Amino acid sequence: MSTATAEILSFDEAMEKFDPVLGFEVHVELNTRTKMFSSAPNAFGDTPNTNVTPVDLGLPGVLPVINRVAVESSIKIGLALGCKIAEKCHFARKNYFYPDTPKNFQTSQYDEPIAYDGSIDIELADGTVFTIEIERAHMEEDAGKLTHMGGATGRIQGAEFSLVDYNRAGVPLVEIVTKPIVGVGARAPELAKAYVAAIREIVKNLGVSDAKMERGNVRCDANVSLKPKGQEKFGTRTETKNVNSLRAVEHAVRYEIQRHAAVLDAGGTITQETRHWHEDTRSTTAGRPKSDADDYRYFPEPDLVPVVTDDAWIEKLRSELPEPPAARRKRLQADWGYSDAEFRDVVNAGVMDAIEETIAAGVKPATARKWWMGEISRRAKIADVEPAELGVTPALIVELQGLIDAGKINDKLSREVLDGVLAGEGTPTEVVSQRGLEVVSDDGALLEAIDGALAAQPDVAEKIRGGKLQAVGAIVGGVMKATRGQADAGRVRQLILERLGVEG
Amino acid sequence: MTDLTRLSAAQLAEKLSSRQVSAMEAVQAHLDRIGEVDPAINAFLHVNTDEALRVASEVDKERSIGDAMHPLAGVPIAVKDLIVTKGQPTTAGSKILEGWHSPYDATVVRRLRDAKMPILGKTNLDEFAMGSSTEHSAYGPTRNPWDLDRIPGGSGGGSAAAVAAFEAPLALGTDTGGSIRQPGAVTGTVGVKPTYGGVSRYGAIAMASSLDQIGPVTRTVLDAALLHEVIGGHDPHDSTSLTDPVGALAEAARNADVKGLRIGVIKELQGEGYQDGVQARFTEALDLLRQAGADVVEVSCPNFKYALGAYYLIMPSEASSNLAKYDGVRFGLRVVPDGAPTIERVMGATRAAGFGDEVKRRIILGTYALSAGYYDAYYGSAQKVRTLIQRDFDAAFTQADVLISPTAPTTAFKLGEKLDDPLAMYLNDVATIPANMAGVPGISVPGGLADGLPVGIQFLAPARQDARLYRAGAALEALLEDTWGGPLLAQAPEIAGVK
Repeated sequence: MSTATAEILSFDEAMEKFDPVLGFEVHVELNTRTKMFSSAPNAFGDTPNTNVTPVDLGLPGVLPVINRVAVESSIKIGLALGCKIAEKCHFARKNYFYPDTPKNFQTSQYDEPIAYDGSIDIELADGTVFTIEIERAHMEEDAGKLTHMGGATGRIQGAEFSLVDYNRAGVPLVEIVTKPIVGVGARAPELAKAYVAAIREIVKNLGVSDAKMERGNVRCDANVSLKPKGQEKFGTRTETKNVNSLRAVEHAVRYEIQRHAAVLDAGGTITQETRHWHEDTRSTTAGRPKSDADDYRYFPEPDLVPVVTDDAWIEKLRSELPEPPAARRKRLQADWGYSDAEFRDVVNAGVMDAIEETIAAGVKPATARKWWMGEISRRAKIADVEPAELGVTPALIVELQGLIDAGKINDKLSREVLDGVLAGEGTPTEVVSQRGLEVVSDDGALLEAIDGALAAQPDVAEKIRGGKLQAVGAIVGGVMKATRGQADAGRVRQLILERLGVEG
Repeated sequence: MTDLTRLSAAQLAEKLSSRQVSAMEAVQAHLDRIGEVDPAINAFLHVNTDEALRVASEVDKERSIGDAMHPLAGVPIAVKDLIVTKGQPTTAGSKILEGWHSPYDATVVRRLRDAKMPILGKTNLDEFAMGSSTEHSAYGPTRNPWDLDRIPGGSGGGSAAAVAAFEAPLALGTDTGGSIRQPGAVTGTVGVKPTYGGVSRYGAIAMASSLDQIGPVTRTVLDAALLHEVIGGHDPHDSTSLTDPVGALAEAARNADVKGLRIGVIKELQGEGYQDGVQARFTEALDLLRQAGADVVEVSCPNFKYALGAYYLIMPSEASSNLAKYDGVRFGLRVVPDGAPTIERVMGATRAAGFGDEVKRRIILGTYALSAGYYDAYYGSAQKVRTLIQRDFDAAFTQADVLISPTAPTTAFKLGEKLDDPLAMYLNDVATIPANMAGVPGISVPGGLADGLPVGIQFLAPARQDARLYRAGAALEALLEDTWGGPLLAQAPEIAGVK
């Protein structure tokens, strides 16, 4: 059990006294059809121990065969992180006994990763950019999943027995390891979150992972150490595991900084160990002591031949890479002419892709933003879904906006048309005609309503004649009421002024 | 009527395809022979009676309706119990796998089934193939048909003894440091270790992955070539499997001729440490080859003297990792200690009870050799020696087409003689290990008797040149059989205790 929860120092005080050093190991589960070394399906959520072959169970006599698609996905990740790709690399065996590891060794890359020496720029919310150096990205296989039964906590301590599901055993992983990140100061928690978010976005954009953190497709181990201000030498680090949401990454780093600071401030020493993150208490507890002397008896995997790459293969994969997310954002913002604040809101609302498609369908950027950030976001909020999930297609927006631009309906009516379309009443044009929503474009009918409104409010008419143009609104309102909203307010205003012989 | 068990596989195949003999008769004859002599020999851990007869009856049926059959269809075979077989137990000679049935077939077994070769059963071995005498089997030793008080070699003593005792015309073995060739030598049979990667290892329970290779165990060189052609060739399940076609091996055996063949005598694999009788038979073999027109030259492989030491670092290192999976969690033996044991204690108790002493010895050696701080000195250095041995071979093969040496330094020793002296036991493989270290192929053919016990002669060839082994081996076999007036095994005594 962990010792009594250490006091934590306030974050501000911790930052006054110490500089944090961060490091991340992010495991990305690839979405290949089959596993890293076997033909078993790589699928989530199936009945336990059904997605297994003799290879995944480590039965006597089996041999691994490298999944070529997994290698290609790994190379793509390496390229997207600006890494060099090894011309030749081996797998190694990492030997340790644990029941979720069927062979009691993990087949992993050790001293020869497929990708190494890269970097990635991370932009924080206020636009500050940090460059994070990537040490390596290497291939390995996932372990099975243990479920501890009969205990109060679901942890192995106190459990009566444990169940193991080998469906996940052998799922291809790429582990991305950063170099130590220094000089980030108080922005460490924010950077941690932004870094993991960036990795998730990159692998999703590459199409090599489903990138769902809640399913463990992207898992982060966060290393934290502190050094007193001005000191060069790094302090003792802890590695916090089980940090499986972006928010948790931020909180865990913040918590560990505060915890380390409290221990160090009180003259204590940090134990090099793994820590477990607990979302409920937003704190960590001690796990297994870890030292650099952990002896995994690595040696080259004799059952596999080296992975050999060549320029033609790498260049082919490079040519298949999609545009990097950060570059794409930069390009779109410039193309669309949005301000920084406008664009950030669009990104945060998760409608950037939708706006891009809508613009491509033929709507002006400002108009596309009006729709997605306005009416559609409003409806999404009410329905508690993502805007993209409402079923509003770019083609629908094109048609609605076309009706507005042609003066057939106004903005207010367009919402009612949208109601009809989403209720399955047909296309916008069909809804307009079925619900009788078309604006009154017959000037004769409008003039009749205007005359009525002027007659009803002779004092207002007089004010307008006297040059008080802002009073027009009251007459427009009367006309709109008379036409049940189905008039083009601009045209009404124009006609009122003409009627009264006033220059607009 | 001919005793069908005395026929070579090639002869039996001929009788089967010409329908002079049915597969049922052939299989039944061997099952009868097993019933008769195996209580004394203990070559088989499992006899696969029902399935072997069923396959034989299928062969007879298909042949009767005129279907095209594989040339060896209906020829029965024994399989070393290190190779997994569906429908039969596979023990690896260990208590830790007692009662375990594989849910899948090894690639070589699938190929036997495709050829419709009835599998007679599974043969005894040193536990996990660790040994040179088959005394380390958890299921009792196998005895040498030439002298029941002596060992049949190891680890594949069961396969060699089964073939030597006419219980099977063919068998499969595995060779990590000599486990096919040394038993061949001491039982008067033929054993081949193919080029590394020439035969799929998928389904061969791994001892040392970079050294292990499956190969034929037979009574004639031609039979070995025929079997090699069945089991060899690329397998996508084994990443280390070569893509080369298996080659015309039987043709090489049939066209045996050493005229003009350059045969290199390895200076370092003879003389001191080699029994006088072994050395004498070896010298006579060289004379015969010379007389037949071979160009016999001496070659030097100075680094071979380090081979044994390096082997005993690499092999246990890989074995320590390969054997980690036997932990009681997923299959095989599980020992649950009293109290409320943790998984670590279950694993520990299972391995303590399930593994024999020699296996434990090698796991400990290998774990130590791979440990941080020792890796470079042990595993790393051993890998360098491996490169030097490879270079010795490369140099030797510029001077000679094949190399030759005695297969083992001595004839079969007595049961128990070396059991308490692991180092003396290990020395048995001194001449066979270099081939595994370099991945080159080797064959052992009978070379005559010394004090009434068989002596083996080994040929080695460059990687992927297995055909040369069959050419040279068959030539020497023919030359020697001329001097003996028939196969060496014709001189074997009746098995004691058998009427």
